Amino acid sequence: MLSIKNLNVKLEEEDKIILKGVDLEVEAGKVHAIMGPNGSGKSTLSYVLSGKGGYEVTGGSAELEGKDLLEMEPEDRAAAGLFLAFQYPVEIPGVGNMTFLRTAVNAQRKSRGEEEMSAAEFLKVVRAKAKDLKIDADMLKRPVNMGFSGGEKKRNEILQMAMLEPKMCILDETDSGLDVDAMKLVADGVNALRSEGRAFLVITHYQRLLDHIKPDVVHIMADGRIVKTGGPELALEVENNGYADILAEVA
Amino acid sequence: MTQPATQLTATEAMIAELQMPDTGWSKAARADALGRLRAMGLPERRDEYWKYTRPDTLIAPVAPKAAVFDNDEKPLFDDVDRLKIVFVDGVFDADASDDLTGEGLTIERLATATSDLHWARDFYGTLETNGQTPVARPLAALNTAFATDGVLIHVTGVVSKPVSLIYRHLSESSDAILHHCIKMDAGSELTVLENGPAAARFNKVMEVDVADNATFHHVRTQGRDHERRAATHIFARLGAESLFKSFTLTVNGVLTRNECVIELTGDDASAHVAGACVGDGVFHHDDTVFVTHDAVNCESRQVFKKVLRNGAVGVFQGKILVKAGAQKTDGYQISQSLLLDDDSQFLAKPELEIYADDVACSHGSTSGAIDEDALFYLRARGITKAEATNLLTLSFLAEAVEEIASEEMRDEINSRVAAWLERHRS
Repeated sequence: MLSIKNLNVKLEEEDKIILKGVDLEVEAGKVHAIMGPNGSGKSTLSYVLSGKGGYEVTGGSAELEGKDLLEMEPEDRAAAGLFLAFQYPVEIPGVGNMTFLRTAVNAQRKSRGEEEMSAAEFLKVVRAKAKDLKIDADMLKRPVNMGFSGGEKKRNEILQMAMLEPKMCILDETDSGLDVDAMKLVADGVNALRSEGRAFLVITHYQRLLDHIKPDVVHIMADGRIVKTGGPELALEVENNGYADILAEVA
Repeated sequence: MTQPATQLTATEAMIAELQMPDTGWSKAARADALGRLRAMGLPERRDEYWKYTRPDTLIAPVAPKAAVFDNDEKPLFDDVDRLKIVFVDGVFDADASDDLTGEGLTIERLATATSDLHWARDFYGTLETNGQTPVARPLAALNTAFATDGVLIHVTGVVSKPVSLIYRHLSESSDAILHHCIKMDAGSELTVLENGPAAARFNKVMEVDVADNATFHHVRTQGRDHERRAATHIFARLGAESLFKSFTLTVNGVLTRNECVIELTGDDASAHVAGACVGDGVFHHDDTVFVTHDAVNCESRQVFKKVLRNGAVGVFQGKILVKAGAQKTDGYQISQSLLLDDDSQFLAKPELEIYADDVACSHGSTSGAIDEDALFYLRARGITKAEATNLLTLSFLAEAVEEIASEEMRDEINSRVAAWLERHRS
């Protein structure tokens, strides 16, 4: 599904190298987790894959189902099936959440040459999915993320994911700022979307989220590289011993 | 006041081109206005109040021509049940207008209301005169002296049907001067709609007296003609517990100066004045607002948003004056521009002058580009860059548009802006 080879990335504005040869293969139907200390490049990886400006790829490749992601505009990557759940969802005053969702769904459909969803059909689908995430009518009506609590913002990200039905979902520290109940709700939302044709890349600091979203593979990232890959037990090792042991071991 | 010879000449040259209508009761007010105009002189470039907007074409004896702009857009407010009053190049069009009758109000025309005992005799020009201090507004005095027509509305009750003033522009050299008087009795309610380009050059004054507990809503759009020019003034006085809300959308127009002068004279009154404008290329838009708090516990809001590109220029001069004794005043003022490129310009002069010690006043002014983080967020959801830019532009204007009370009209205004954005994609 997602194939990253020797990806090297620096900041556009300064000579700071962030990713130093990342290799990663995420297969369809699998959940991969990336853990790592602050500043290891986890969020940068998610931004570069989804096309945020400010980064320069100096080497390597990233493909989604064989298509070169790095050549595409952000909106085309989304239409191709890539989705990033933001660590900090952006507030947009004056644009209703519902309008935003419908514009996004139809923009992707249009880009793929599919028919747009009618207003009535859209409403039906969005209401059902919002209900599962305990998102009420008021949250749908309000401007995008305006006045939402941290938990509401993250649930809204998952609602967008559920509506857009992407193939490759990247969750960037979706657990940050969530209490236990909110995390459970978000995790249930993600788990409901797990399927054979869909893959997940879950970026997190803590093992806690991985209790709820059980990964198939866990990677440890440090200083711009993936330094260790293993099963779910690797996350537990981090939880118990911190990163120091692992980093010492690979150094 | 002594004026330089050039200014004197310019003022007299303009006056020589105009004819004072002979309408009986308004004679004294017109003569008074002419005297005031001569004393203050027409605006000049070196006048502080005209520092950011060149008055030249507004004071030229003959109006610069403006091509009539054809567009196939559905007329604004078409689905609103309203009382239509149509002026074509400043001339009343009886055939296109509805009967000037309605529940809760009387409507007459300035040009034909000739009775000597008319209520407007003691009204016409009075709010305009008050609004001349502390800053002179000569184009408004000129209007009072020479207005050829307008409507005189006396509101006695709650009027459900909006009065809709429609300004058509058919002659490329028209130079229209209209003056409206709206007198609202205590507890009355009225909505006034205005739309259309009006004329090649349009000078308009609207005087509104909102008595205690009365409510006045005003929604205006200034027509899409690219070459039109306009200098407009609203003068409003607010009584106790009254509400005044005015919103203006300006789309295109080579030069527009909208002045709004509001005086809160009764306790617990509320005045909101808002404007949204979108300009591309040869476009100069000036919002000049002066709000005076002269009573206790009043609230005022000024919300002005400008979207500018390809060298368009936006100006905001806004003042809140809180007089001694106007305690518990809540004054808010925001002026912002969204510059869609490096060629456009926004000039802002926000002012607060406060003589009371128990007030809450805030003002802010910003200029900026589209928020890159928000743009990326939308694009990451599959929305194209162009469409995302349009959404964020509507988002930027939202605080001003939300000042319109009617949801139906808000939607209509938003759809007009969206259509403009669609036509002016980068």
